Amino acid sequence: MLIASQRDFWSGVLFVTVGFLCAGSTLLLYKLGSAADPGPGYFPFGLGLLLTLLGSVVLLRSLRHPRVDTEVVGSVAWRPLIVISSAVLMFGLLLPRLGLSTALPVLVILSSLATEEFHWKEVLLNAVALTALCFGIFIWGLNLTLPR
Amino acid sequence: MDFISNLVLGFSVALTVQNLAYAFLGALIGTLVGVLPGLGPLATMAMLMPTVYMLDATAALIMLAGIYYGAQYGGSTTAILINVPGESSSVVTAIDGYEMARQGRAGPALAVAALGSFFAGCVGTLVIAIFAKPLSLVALEFGAREYSSLLVFGLVGSVSLASGSIVKAICMIILGLVLGQIDTDLISGTPRFTFGIDQLSDGIDFVVLAMGLFGLGEIIANLGESAEKREVFTRNVRGLWPTKEDFKAAYPAVLRGTALGSALGVLPGAGAVLSSFAAYGLEKKVAGDSGRFGKGDIRGVAGPESANNAAAQTSFIPMLSLGLPSGPVMALMIGAMTIKGIQPGPQVMSSNPSLFWGFIASMWVGNMMLVVLNLPLIGIWIKLLTVPYRLLFPAILSFCCIGLYSLNNDTFGIYVAVLFGVLGYLFRKLSCEPAPLLLGFVLGPMIEENLRRALLLSGGDWLTFVSTPLSGGLLLAALLLVLVPTMARMR
Repeated sequence: MLIASQRDFWSGVLFVTVGFLCAGSTLLLYKLGSAADPGPGYFPFGLGLLLTLLGSVVLLRSLRHPRVDTEVVGSVAWRPLIVISSAVLMFGLLLPRLGLSTALPVLVILSSLATEEFHWKEVLLNAVALTALCFGIFIWGLNLTLPR
Repeated sequence: MDFISNLVLGFSVALTVQNLAYAFLGALIGTLVGVLPGLGPLATMAMLMPTVYMLDATAALIMLAGIYYGAQYGGSTTAILINVPGESSSVVTAIDGYEMARQGRAGPALAVAALGSFFAGCVGTLVIAIFAKPLSLVALEFGAREYSSLLVFGLVGSVSLASGSIVKAICMIILGLVLGQIDTDLISGTPRFTFGIDQLSDGIDFVVLAMGLFGLGEIIANLGESAEKREVFTRNVRGLWPTKEDFKAAYPAVLRGTALGSALGVLPGAGAVLSSFAAYGLEKKVAGDSGRFGKGDIRGVAGPESANNAAAQTSFIPMLSLGLPSGPVMALMIGAMTIKGIQPGPQVMSSNPSLFWGFIASMWVGNMMLVVLNLPLIGIWIKLLTVPYRLLFPAILSFCCIGLYSLNNDTFGIYVAVLFGVLGYLFRKLSCEPAPLLLGFVLGPMIEENLRRALLLSGGDWLTFVSTPLSGGLLLAALLLVLVPTMARMR
């Protein structure tokens, strides 16, 4: 099959999938009700149907209508994607257990690995400076209840 | 002239040295806290609520108003500088404001946002003083069915935010509506799409969604560019102050935005958000082919910023005349009033005129403080952008993470934001624009509530939505908004 616009094709796939899942799970889980007495499933079911419908329009059109510079998705930036996500996740895991004084420098150092211009000295300095700044602003300045 | 004497009374209260000092203090604290991503006006005001106990009623409200404006402007500052909108109404500002910042024009963007807001605030104050009574009657015309139609009109109008395919933008709106369905059903109390997770039963926080889609997604996308191509912010910072051409382009946008915002602000609930989206759409229409929207058009900052400030001002009308808070911030204000033993509602105007008009005047004073305070700060904000991106992005991440945690003192928001960060990156890869999604997300629950209420009231008759001229007219306008550009494209 020939796909004229990859980006629109995959967008269409995304919309149809979400729409279908939304409508389907609503049908299984929640009471639809009627127009006179709409239940909790009434609105989401309609939304799911509409999204499936319009998503298929996007999908079908992507097979025929190429648009300037939107055809190819291009390579995925795996390194920043994975590094940034895991650095933030790690912050979430560490904060309640070891407190801001550990979680924040770890976040700064880990996330800095996302670039290829990683210099230990600079990153460590940045980590120390940011940790001090955040303690100053959030803990002493604003009195937020953060685990230290 | 009644309103002149009212305004004079108001300003005689607001312009005492003591109250000016509180307004300044409020604006200062509000700005400083508001520029930290994740701490919007609501969080800031809630945090500083305890100080209200220590002040007398007028001073407390004046300080809160200052905090409100400061934090709101702080939210626009982060939207412009780092593409993290602090609250729903600054989503629009991020589109062109951030683009301007990348081109070295953060100064003009920030200055126009402040000056436009100030102008809109002045007009809004006058509108309240003159039209408070007649305008409240307009708000009464809006029942459940008219609201549904208005919200649908607003959603369809937000398609204009996207610069690509219309169908895709509509799909993004619906995707936002679907995300807004993750909550507890208001009418039946059934939790929906929560996967049994407690934290989801109140729905996803707007800040979490915005930080993920815009903040994290943007950082990942930026780092995905190779180091030479990345240069997120140009070194070549062109001026702190808008040029003559900037002013020439911006002032009609400010006027239009102010008019639109003043009108929409009267509607309880959706005023401020809808008005900034509508103003953006309007500017795009007016500019036609001459517009560079999405690529750093100053009108895309001036219009929406003025509109949401004017709306923030006139949204006091429903609160004061009908006793309806126009949003969570107003609800907090009402809370502060009750702490001080004042029963909010229409009677405040007659029973406590010096408080009422003093408050209205202090909103204006708060706006003025903001200009005084922020114009010198612009220089500092811009300096921040000259920090190399490899050092800047861990700082943005740190502030975002702490903000996410402190929303509920819980790490759950952090994890959800990561999910939306990945999704935001995916959207970028697929040329799906996230701004319409955000509007759908914000307005979704309101649409559902009003739609279901209207259907209940009419006994399930869908024709109820076209049974009044107001509701039918709004739907017709929404239909035209989609059809006209589509037809034009087919030709």
